[in-house]
Amino acid sequence: MSLFIVSFTIFILAIFVGYEIITKVPPTLHTPLMSGSNAISGITIIGALLSAGGSENSTEFSTFLGVIAIVLAMINIVGGFMVTDRMLRMFKKK
Amino acid sequence: MSQIINFSYLIAAVLFIVGLKNLSSPKTAPRGNMLGAIGMLIAVVVTLLDKGVVSYGWIFIAVIVGSGIGAYMAKTVQMTNMPQMVAIFNGFGGGASLLVAGAAYLEMSQVFNQGGEVPGLQWDIALILSALIGAVTLTGSVVAFGKLQGIVDEQAVAIPKLFIKSLGIALGICALLVIADPFDMGLFFLLVIVGSLVLGVLLVMPIGGADMPVVIALLNSYSGLAAAATGFVLHNNGLIIGGSLVGASGLILTNIMCKAMNRSLANVLFGGAIVSDTDKAAIPGKEFYEGKVKQADPEEVAMILENAQSVVFVPGYGLAVAQAQHANQELGKLLQERNIQVRHAIHPVAGRMPGHMNVLLAEAEVPYEQMVEMDAINPDFSRTDVVIILGANDVVNPAARDDPKSPIYGMPILDVDQAKTVFIVKRSLSPGFAGIPNQLFINENSLMVFGDAKDVLQKMIQAIKEL
Repeated sequence: MSLFIVSFTIFILAIFVGYEIITKVPPTLHTPLMSGSNAISGITIIGALLSAGGSENSTEFSTFLGVIAIVLAMINIVGGFMVTDRMLRMFKKK
Repeated sequence: MSQIINFSYLIAAVLFIVGLKNLSSPKTAPRGNMLGAIGMLIAVVVTLLDKGVVSYGWIFIAVIVGSGIGAYMAKTVQMTNMPQMVAIFNGFGGGASLLVAGAAYLEMSQVFNQGGEVPGLQWDIALILSALIGAVTLTGSVVAFGKLQGIVDEQAVAIPKLFIKSLGIALGICALLVIADPFDMGLFFLLVIVGSLVLGVLLVMPIGGADMPVVIALLNSYSGLAAAATGFVLHNNGLIIGGSLVGASGLILTNIMCKAMNRSLANVLFGGAIVSDTDKAAIPGKEFYEGKVKQADPEEVAMILENAQSVVFVPGYGLAVAQAQHANQELGKLLQERNIQVRHAIHPVAGRMPGHMNVLLAEAEVPYEQMVEMDAINPDFSRTDVVIILGANDVVNPAARDDPKSPIYGMPILDVDQAKTVFIVKRSLSPGFAGIPNQLFINENSLMVFGDAKDVLQKMIQAIKEL
């Protein structure tokens, strides 16, 4: 099986898994769901780190793009998880 | 090593999934969020061990800077401004994907120029998609942020459809040229990026303030899909799984929001304003209310509340604008102490993003058990003594249910008119987003309480304490 087919299979299955678990999130928590899933979309950090890491094929410009991408992705990750935590604590019983 | 790294990405993906699963209840949700964060930490740490990462200086600085900005924003943002924050974060996610796609292209060009082996068609398509979706998400989110923050005019701005279509076709041609011969067509790749950035602006400009919840949810989905496309470029399953989870989540929320407004996604994106100009001509003016509106003052409301057994509050965005959540919570608590059943009925589009109103009420320490969604509370209105509407308008207009001629006919509403007495706290009789008068305000069992929501609620609290 080609690499692409494997990746594509994973992609489709992940969408179904996502659909199944996210339809079970109650409307009350939809805002934290959005901010939390936002943080997860910061997973692009993996690509950003690889671009910024300076492998044999990288150029100065590609490294630069990678570094900026790390900043953006980190804002997303840290900001997203922290603000989600802040909101979810409000829903806790006092 | 590569095996260990890939295995770690799998663990990270599992943690994301389990984390999201824990969001199914407010009790387990904080733990779920923590699990997601741990998954992300694992993904970052193992990537640093990858053989492709050889220098750490700039990475270290970028991580510190990004984390600092993110933490600052998360700590300081006000809950009313949450939609803006999520919007701009969506943009950052899309921007990161775009930049990574650009960097990947540059690296692969280097390989190509040295006569090395380059990947095939699938890689080219993934590259284009990742740059395109990333760029649209970036600029679209910035415009959405601007509209929500009040920097950009919130009104729907008409953009000629022909222009958007032409741009779309031009983008398609450039994309095909890049796919045909990726490394000699660098200029066209740049054109795809620039065109997509412009497209993002043009797609969000025509969307009015009332439709923002849909747009944010959709951009949320895009930011995930951009990450997934980047995963195809880098052959990285961690990105693909993480990205598609977010993509699915955003699409579900988009769908929920569209249903709550009785509009199709296409209509939200390209339909312009909710009420067309021809419909506007048929909308009655002030004479609609003339002589038919009854009034009450806060003291009278207090007396009726005293004798009620069940009270339902219907908060709308106006409540948050007036910063009246806390007064609302205080009144609710006071009523509960008098053994009156208190609930808050929340329409899916009550706030500026999905679930926004719940967060605003939670911040004011309203227990989440008291927040009831539309479908759950609607059958109960006929057994409810008093309904108090705070800043909601179109979502309680019975015309949406009863009058096939109404422009909002078919939109799901809260059936508040079936309660015994309905109080509407409002500054004036001005219309809501749909721009139409509200049948509810002239109903037999309706009474208007004119004034600022916070002010009126405080007077009610005072009056009840004195009773």
